[in-house]
Amino acid sequence: MAEIKNYTLNFGPQHPAAHGVLRLVLELDGEVVQRADPHVGLLHRATEKLAESKTFIQSLPYMDRLDYVSMMCNEQAYCLAIEKLLGIEVPLRAQYIRIMFGEITRLLNHLMWLGSNGMDLGASTVLMFTFRERESLFDMYEAASGARMHAAYFRPGGVYRDLPDSMAQFKASKIRNAKAMEELNRNRQGSLLDYIDDFCARFPRFVDEYETLLTDNRIWKQRTVGIGVVSPERALNLGMSGVMLRGSGIAWDLRKKQPYDAYDRVDFDIPVGKNGDCYDRYLVRVAEMRQSNRIIKQCVDWLRANPGPVITDNHKVAPPPRERMKAGMEDLIHHFKLFSEGFRVPEGEAYAAVEHPKGEFGIYIVSDGANKPYRLKIRAPGFAHLSAYNELTRGHMIADAVAIIGTMDIVFGEIDR
Amino acid sequence: MTAVAIRPEETRDAVAAALGDKVRALTIALDEVTLVVSAADYLEAMRQLRDAPGCRFEQLVDLCGVDYSAYRDIGTDGPRFAVVSHLLSVGLNQRLRVKVFCADDDLPVIDSVTAVWSGANWFEREAFDLFGIVFEGHDDLRRILTDYGFIGHPFRKDFPVSGHVEMRYDAERRRVVYEPVSIEPREITPRIIREDNYGGLH
Repeated sequence: MAEIKNYTLNFGPQHPAAHGVLRLVLELDGEVVQRADPHVGLLHRATEKLAESKTFIQSLPYMDRLDYVSMMCNEQAYCLAIEKLLGIEVPLRAQYIRIMFGEITRLLNHLMWLGSNGMDLGASTVLMFTFRERESLFDMYEAASGARMHAAYFRPGGVYRDLPDSMAQFKASKIRNAKAMEELNRNRQGSLLDYIDDFCARFPRFVDEYETLLTDNRIWKQRTVGIGVVSPERALNLGMSGVMLRGSGIAWDLRKKQPYDAYDRVDFDIPVGKNGDCYDRYLVRVAEMRQSNRIIKQCVDWLRANPGPVITDNHKVAPPPRERMKAGMEDLIHHFKLFSEGFRVPEGEAYAAVEHPKGEFGIYIVSDGANKPYRLKIRAPGFAHLSAYNELTRGHMIADAVAIIGTMDIVFGEIDR
Repeated sequence: MTAVAIRPEETRDAVAAALGDKVRALTIALDEVTLVVSAADYLEAMRQLRDAPGCRFEQLVDLCGVDYSAYRDIGTDGPRFAVVSHLLSVGLNQRLRVKVFCADDDLPVIDSVTAVWSGANWFEREAFDLFGIVFEGHDDLRRILTDYGFIGHPFRKDFPVSGHVEMRYDAERRRVVYEPVSIEPREITPRIIREDNYGGLH
């Protein structure tokens, strides 16, 4: 028989299953992957270097652009790190708003993941379903922050503003009659919290819909069961976190183990997988969506009952209310100093981590006492996961390589930074 | 507020007991434990931190380089480059920051911990790429984030934010050309270090 040499294949950077700009160099023996070498950095924007030349508030919108499908969770880690260095307390209402939007963000991320991973593996219907719900979630983002994706809503010391009392309505158009308009605007009559509450009531049924499409689907199981298995010991050693760890059976969730903001005040469970394969991680993510929905519901109830301030009253860190600025000399000075020079952060270093939808997202700040960070390091969960890609893929078929990229929930904004 | 180390004092005592005289400094600040070790003891200390019963840091969460040459605008007296790692023990729920300074400023070299934690692989490649820190014992120390054929180490403090070269497509030569940057560096908000207690915040 003729000697067959290994075949090297370039996968990406322009490939729909590469989830952005991943260039994979695959060494193949027939259809079996012998070695996979991911080349990353095609989206490198040097966010960490840019942050060194910006004040602390100016860098905040960059955080949205790291992992651009879970924007507010990135902001949360950044704000927590600064708050730790500053030693300021965040009002409880702001903490609840943050965790509520943190969970809305988790839904956004997992829905995006579910839809696109379904597409990767040939189940295109699920994408249509998940994007329907993402639309409602983006409307929540928009109502609270004014932006549908890059919100810049969390600030050191709290959140930018309180939740609005009204929702934007659909306007009449040529293609919709009055009855259709009424139906579209039905759940938008009250406040944002009413809208979110309505969504929470609807959402479990939507998750059931996704599950009817996938969970017992024979093709889905053939593509995911036993693919990309990682043992708990290897998962830890490889630096995996989040669902990649929980899929292997380690019940590790920072929201429970090292709670931040108000997570210790809400009730939820940590879903854990058993076999550490792609299918288990799928089940964990779906179960997490149900848990997130539970948390959101609890936050809505709490926020309805407890009005109050949403940002710290320390005006060295957060701007004073605008109406006071019109008359108060001191408030005017605070505002001016805050938006020209920014606030200074005492010398020291801090690491703050959040349970990002993708894993442990950490911000390490070294401050030398200036109004800008001396060094900012972003610990992106996807970076550690993708570094394990070679180990997970070796010996699998080339089609499974796509399934493994999908299960890692890769987003290049955070990996390349 | 994040309680990163659940019991920072216990972590400190366990680390001190496990490492003995390898500890150069062991401090608690903002509820986080920071350990400084010397470059010679680094690899062995990391291995002990992973295996010692009171430490059990199974996971290397993060590893990054830091360039101290512009600290407080004047730099520090000590070595220029440091490698900072964050360790996590899932079993004992504790965190530790390990800091090690590279002896030589011109050719910073440090032992690689890829043999202890496989997850260190890309983090060390990143620190090499961005700071030029060489990790001895790393079997695949290539650039990772910067472009193919990039020159320099961009996160060093003496590397300008706008870089040294810019790239464009030249229609006449019908290829991509590199040229010196044409943009002027500018700083809209100056970097200011105030004296302590300025404004009465702290």
